[in-house]
Amino acid sequence: MTLDRRGFLKLAATGTAVAAGSLAAAEAGASTGASAHDAANAFGVLVDTTLCIGCRKCEWGCNQANDLPKRERADFDDKTVLETHRRPDVTAFTVVNRVAAPPEVRQAAFAKIQCMHCVHPACASACIVGALRKQPEGPVTYDAWKCIGCRYCMVACPFQIPAYEYSRALEPRVMKCSFCFDRIVKEGRQPSCIENCPEEALTFGRRDDLRALAHAKIAANPDRYLDHIYGESEVGGTSWMYLAGVDFARADLPPLDNQAPPVLTETIQHGVFKNFVPPVALYGLLGLVMLSHRRRDGETGEEE
Amino acid sequence: MSGHHAAPVRTPFLTRGSAAVLAVALIGIAVYLSRMLLGLGRFTNLTDQWPWGIWIAIDVATGVALAAGGFTSAALVYIFGRERFHPLVRPALLTAALGYTFVVIGLLADLGRWYNVWHPMLPSMWQGNSVLFEVGMCVMVYLCVLYIEFVPIVVERFKGKVALRGALAGLNRPLEGILRLADATLSRFIWVFIIAGVVLSCLHQSSLGTLMLIAPAKMSPIWFTPVMPALFLMSAIAVGFPMIIFESMIASRSFGRPAEMHLLSGLARMIPFLLGVYALAKVADLTLRDAWPHVFAGGAQSTMFLIELIGGVLLPLALASMERIRRSPAGLFVTATLIVLGVALNRINVFLVAYRPPFTETTYAPAIFEILLTSGLIATLVLVYRAAVLVFPVIPAPESAPAEHLSRVNVPVRIAPAAAGVFQPTDGTES
Ligand code: SF4
Ligand code: SF4
Repeated sequence: MTLDRRGFLKLAATGTAVAAGSLAAAEAGASTGASAHDAANAFGVLVDTTLCIGCRKCEWGCNQANDLPKRERADFDDKTVLETHRRPDVTAFTVVNRVAAPPEVRQAAFAKIQCMHCVHPACASACIVGALRKQPEGPVTYDAWKCIGCRYCMVACPFQIPAYEYSRALEPRVMKCSFCFDRIVKEGRQPSCIENCPEEALTFGRRDDLRALAHAKIAANPDRYLDHIYGESEVGGTSWMYLAGVDFARADLPPLDNQAPPVLTETIQHGVFKNFVPPVALYGLLGLVMLSHRRRDGETGEEE
Repeated sequence: MSGHHAAPVRTPFLTRGSAAVLAVALIGIAVYLSRMLLGLGRFTNLTDQWPWGIWIAIDVATGVALAAGGFTSAALVYIFGRERFHPLVRPALLTAALGYTFVVIGLLADLGRWYNVWHPMLPSMWQGNSVLFEVGMCVMVYLCVLYIEFVPIVVERFKGKVALRGALAGLNRPLEGILRLADATLSRFIWVFIIAGVVLSCLHQSSLGTLMLIAPAKMSPIWFTPVMPALFLMSAIAVGFPMIIFESMIASRSFGRPAEMHLLSGLARMIPFLLGVYALAKVADLTLRDAWPHVFAGGAQSTMFLIELIGGVLLPLALASMERIRRSPAGLFVTATLIVLGVALNRINVFLVAYRPPFTETTYAPAIFEILLTSGLIATLVLVYRAAVLVFPVIPAPESAPAEHLSRVNVPVRIAPAAAGVFQPTDGTES
């Protein structure tokens, strides 16, 4: 009996050590930060909010190119909507807002908002069935057929982008910008919003080139721009990046950590499941505890 | 693993109390079916800013936490060998099996495409990075394990007593055969499932705490901590026994029996330690993260947290530490209730109160239909539990009436007559 006990304790200790060790290993290994993003070739967009005139032509272009309730071109000439703060919703993947500037900044600025197509997207990491996916070319795409409608992606998105068709009884969809995936990857064109921008406030290209362009712009016009490219490193980087003359938070670009949100959850998740060692170790441990009590009962009879 | 003198409760299914519960249940079921056909929009206050409401926070997150009595009691009795608590295992197992069933039913109501709920099982859609995927798979497997663990109770009830009449009489022998086979195999291998149940519970109870870690920017620093999974596991373990006590005392009262204080007080002796570990971890976590200033910053979040910590953890911890309170039925009931409510509030806080989307124009408050559906599910669960303990030997027979006698009363098996009236139409498996 004593031998059993000692053997059991030894085994238990080993099991615990294995479990703890694998957790530590998982935490050390940064492999969990992986993303499908192809850093050398992925596309991106640079939004220069100081060039945007709030004409809403990008909104029109988006409406035409996507499966959205179709609206008249004239609807988008209405500039009064700029007086209210809008967010993308199930009828519009992108909206332009006036950037509330402090009085000393004379020039009115506008900012177009849409899905940022994060380099390591929280929405895609969260998605239970992989309906949201980071494509190597940059876009984060949505496959409605897979979706179960849990809306965990909406909880996860740090930019509060995905919208949901709550009012549809059948086949409700998660709605967000697709970066015109088919258009840019299969047809080799630019996203519809960008083709429609008359002011070149939106620049489409390789994300790496755009970073260089943005840095050059800031260097050439230090008075015009804040010395920061929003999206270069926020949440681990985003495919869409922004330049601005006033605080980014006023353009719905909140201050965010540079660590991609999935790094924490994926580290924990993969730590707990590392090669199934921790669950199996726990199983073995509990089995041994059970066995030790059985043995004891066998020797001394039932407690009662 | 014999029945330890559990026997079907002999009492009418419908009383004035359970009729009221039935009314709540029926309203909930009506709302449920309407929502499934007509979509989320008409029945909920969910928006793009608030994608999750009480169906997730209460029906799913709190439901899973409060079903923790199942794995904690199984661990206590079968793994850690505390045989004397055996009579409490079956009620806890039934609660867990029903609790998880209703978690799944509740989750379905929240899914926009509930008819796709099977998708995560397709290997082509496996998404190992998703915390929700892990929670979903664990809950699904655990639910199966719980049903398997329940099989011996069904066997005990019906083995050698299957006596269907009329057209179904031909099924008697095959059914009897299945029961015998289940009995022969399960009694030898049930330990495999018991341990698996405990492991699966540890996994998904903690993973539920990982869910909200995907949204650091939206979560209040009062609750957001990388050790949230550990806190969720500890609180699940801490709430297991209080939940058993809470239910057992309500059931005793409802069936007009004295509370089983000799067992429950003994169980309560472990609460100070289990709840103490959780309390200590919670306080240490806040201290290490320098989060106390947020706790005392005022506002709704601070208030909710203080209620959770003081009313749901510290106060019951103090109460449970006093032997006098543990031995008094009223004291024990209040203590257990506080802990149950405290953990429930923690789940609601983490999934709703702590969540603050960056661009908010509205706040979320549940719609009347959300509340009706949630209360309807809880009411239905209570009724199914009641029906189950009338049919199956789950609850320990009262000491005054010898168990042997009770369990032999029902020889050619028929559902307790009073239960039959209401229970039969909804239950296709019995006739
Ligand atoms: S902005 Fe939101 S929706 Fe778009 S990729 Fe990032 S996490 Fe996903
Ligand atoms: S709602 Fe759809 S896309 Fe979003 S996480 Fe759930 S399954 Fe994925």
